[in-house]
Formats: sequence, structure tokens, C-alpha cells
Amino acid sequence: MLEQSLYCVCIFSQAQDDVIVDVYERLPVPFGLVRFGVAPDHPEVKNVINTFTQTAQHERCFFHGNVNVGVDVTVKELKKAYHAVVLSYGAEANRCMGVPGEDLAGVFSARDFVGWYNGLPSNQKLNPDLNCETVVILGQGNVALDVARILLSPLDMLKKTDITQHALEALTASRVRRVLIVGRRGPLQIAGTIKEVREMINLPDTTADMLPADFKGISETLKGRNVAVQNQDAKAVPTGQMEDLECGMVISSIGYKSLPIDPCVPFEHRGAIIPNDMGRVLDTAGLYCSGWVKRGPTGVIATTMNDSFDTARVLLKDMKEGTLDLSVNKPGAQEITALLQERGNTHRNTQKKKNADCTLFSRKKNTLLTNSQKFKTF
Amino acid sequence: MAVSALSSRLLLLGLNAARVTCAHLGRPGCVFSNARGVSSGRALRTEERVTVRFIDRDGKRISVNTITGVSLLNIVVDQNLDFEGFGACEGTLACSTCHLIFEEKIYNKLLNETTVADEEMDMLDLAYGLTDTSRLGCQVCVTKDLDGMVVRVPEAVSDARKTSDKDSAS
Repeated sequence: MLEQSLYCVCIFSQAQDDVIVDVYERLPVPFGLVRFGVAPDHPEVKNVINTFTQTAQHERCFFHGNVNVGVDVTVKELKKAYHAVVLSYGAEANRCMGVPGEDLAGVFSARDFVGWYNGLPSNQKLNPDLNCETVVILGQGNVALDVARILLSPLDMLKKTDITQHALEALTASRVRRVLIVGRRGPLQIAGTIKEVREMINLPDTTADMLPADFKGISETLKGRNVAVQNQDAKAVPTGQMEDLECGMVISSIGYKSLPIDPCVPFEHRGAIIPNDMGRVLDTAGLYCSGWVKRGPTGVIATTMNDSFDTARVLLKDMKEGTLDLSVNKPGAQEITALLQERGNTHRNTQKKKNADCTLFSRKKNTLLTNSQKFKTF
Repeated sequence: MAVSALSSRLLLLGLNAARVTCAHLGRPGCVFSNARGVSSGRALRTEERVTVRFIDRDGKRISVNTITGVSLLNIVVDQNLDFEGFGACEGTLACSTCHLIFEEKIYNKLLNETTVADEEMDMLDLAYGLTDTSRLGCQVCVTKDLDGMVVRVPEAVSDARKTSDKDSAS
């Protein structure tokens, strides 16, 4: 995601006078989940885009959109052209439930649903049928709460946000009146954070219905210290009790998943991350990773930000200590751009205009670093 | 220099955002201006100037001279203090990156004046290195009786300078 790379860029530009950073992104616009994943009624969370824009406009940072690494250009080719490659492409897939019926019409991933109301091009035609009274959301993280809130928010509130027009129209005609947020464990284990829970409970024109049985014994547990530490490893155990819930739509919000990007990049399928040691990809010199593809797809912006700072510092350390071989000049974007043009790729480069419209940028997929001579892509 | 440009920009945006936040929580005594350079020239009677001492993540001490009524976030931005990632949401209570640690007596003094709002507590809960005397910098405005206080910028995550031994988090 762009934010991860841009935080890396921030560190680099401060530390080294001659480091050039090229950012490669699959989509034509940047910023990743900050643009397409943050709920439209949380615009303040997107303020960090201002920081990113500043960083992206650094004279030694260049943005290349519409470049699908792994398809348009390989990681091997990038490694040849740059001294170091940092992979921060996030988690684009969903975790599957692995239960029958997952592929039925009316069952959506939260990622697609969020992409639909946030304007992600690939989700534009999702057309979720909101002509039902009850929606079940599986999962209890912030994404699940976002989806529930958007489904039930008063229209007057939604109209003031930058939610997409087609979603607003669909929600205006929506018959959804009841949203069940279902999870395997108890209230102390939900992945959502307090702010979002509070917001859901206080949502105008709605009532929050919680099952008293779920809260049995909680107040006694809360009297002890270190409650969070004690309870986060609690595992769900089947009780054998079954319940049928009638609903018109199921939204699965059980987490995202990273995918392997290129055969030459090691990938640990079990945890769906790139195996690494503090951001250095294992068994591969010159390759680094940051963010969700490094640690797994959890955490807020601050978590990912700090993680990116860590990767950047590790990379700087390797540069300083000679672990990274900087003795050979590398061509950087010059070589990659030539390759892309040969292959007919219509990638977009940013121009360093004073009033660059950040909506022209592309979502971020990878970051690449080079110590080559400066190459302006105008 | 990129960092200064970044910080200046944050100042401009942070001021606008911070004014919104403080208004929302009804915090008294916070005065914000839409103009740049709020701490560099307007209404400067001597008794309005205070000193705030920051300790950054490397233990370096930075003393700044500012005026009362400005939030600690705005001071950091205004003075171009180079704390990585500080104030990402620009004072709108949507992150915890302006997390600061206070001396106990100062923390208690602040608490006596106003209780910490739920909205601030909710975000503080997510902050790294949270302590019993932690607050968000965007919610604390300097007053005359906080003159000379010391605030510490907490550690972010695991220190990447550590070697990958058993103790470092991965």
C-alpha cells in the first residue's frame, strides 16, 4: 500500500542525499486502502494522505502507476535494475471461510463490499441486492463494523460523505433494517477497536442489541489487570448448538490475505506473508518487505506506518554497513520504463507540478529503491 | 529540505484540523488561528510565553519557546520538530501518533482541569508504549502553569537497531 512505501520514502529522504525512490503501483491512483478501504464517514482518518502527498512530491521520489509487478515486469527485472526492492503490496485477497455455500449469490467478501461503496474500479459492478431485511456479517473487526455502520447509517449522514453515487442510491432504496455481526469468540476477543464499537452503539436511529449470555462473567474478568493479554489467545470451542439465521445477504469479514507476487519471491502460504527477518526477505539479498505482506493484515495506519519505518531503517543500516552492494551503478526506472514501453504498457508517471492533483495518483503496490542517477519521468 | 516542507504543510493543515477537534470537545482555553506562524508573532505579551521541553525517541532534549493556548501537536509541527510520523491525522482524534508521556505531576494537573474525553481514551488505547501518564498531544494545550514541563516522545515499535536475538520483536 502506498502509505507503507511513502513512510519508507520519508526515512530515506531524510537520511541519504542520493537515494532515489521509484514507487510502482498497479492501479492508476495511489494511496491504497487509505483511499479505498477507509469508510467514507471517517474522512479524518484519510488526513494522512496529506503527509503522503508531501512525501510523494519529494524531488527524489517518483511514482509509476498502472504497473502490475509480476505481470508487466518481474521482480527479477526490478532487482536487476535497482540496488534494493521493497515489497509493500498489502493483502488483496480474502480469507475464505471454507464452508458450503460460500460461492452463492448474495455472499460477498467485506473487501468487495467496501470497495463497492468506496469506488474501487473492480467492484463497481458488484450490485449487492439490498432488497432484504436482514444482513449477516461474519467477523467482528473494524471492517465488519464499518460495513454494518454504512448499511444502517441514516441517509442524511451518508449524503455528507464521499461515498460513491451508486452505493448511495442503492442504500437509499435499501430495505435492510437488521444487521447481525457474528463472531466465534466473546466480547473481550473482538478484533474491532473501542472507537468503532462506540460509534456503532451510538449510531442515530438504531439500537444495539447484545445478547446478555455473551457477557456472562465479563465484569468479574475485567476486575483483573492485563485483561487483554490474558484473553486474546482464548480459542473458540464448538458447543454443538446450532442456530439458523434467516437473512438475504452474508458478508464475510474474516480478514484479508496476501498473495505471492512473483515466483522468485519466497512466500509462506500458511501465514500468507513473505518470510522475513525484520523486513529483510529471507534467502534473498536486496529484497525487503513492509506492512501487511510482512506482518500479516492487521493493525491500524499507525501500526503499518511504524512497521514501514522499521523496514526503512533496516535497509538504511544495510546500505551503511555494506550488506547491500552499492558499488555497481544501477539504471533504475530508465531500464524499467524501456521494458514497459516495449511491452506496450501504458504506465503513468507523475509530474512534479506544484498543484499536482493527488487524485491522479495510483494506488500503491510496490516500492523500489535505487541509488542510480536521478531519472526524471516527465 | 523535505522534512521542513512536510512539517510546514502539516502546520497549515494541523491548525485547521485541531481547531475543529478542540471545538468539538469544548475544551476551554485553546485558541487557534487560521494563519500560519501562530507562534511567531501575534499578541505576544511576555506572560503568554512558555517553555516546553521535549525528549525525543533518541533521548535528545529539545527546548521550545511558545505561547499559551497552542496544542502540543501544533507546537511540534510549528517548530519543525522531527518526530517521525507524528500527528498523522492532523489532530482529528483518528490516530495515536501524537502520543506523549508526561511527568506525573503535570498529568495530574491536566486531569484536575478537565477529564480525558472518551474519544481521546479510545485512541490512546491503541498507542504504543502507553503509560499511566500518557496523553495525545493534539488534546493538550499549554497554559501558563505548565511552563517548563517535560514531555517525552514514546518509542514507536521495536527498535530496528537491535540485532535479531530472542528479545527483539519480529
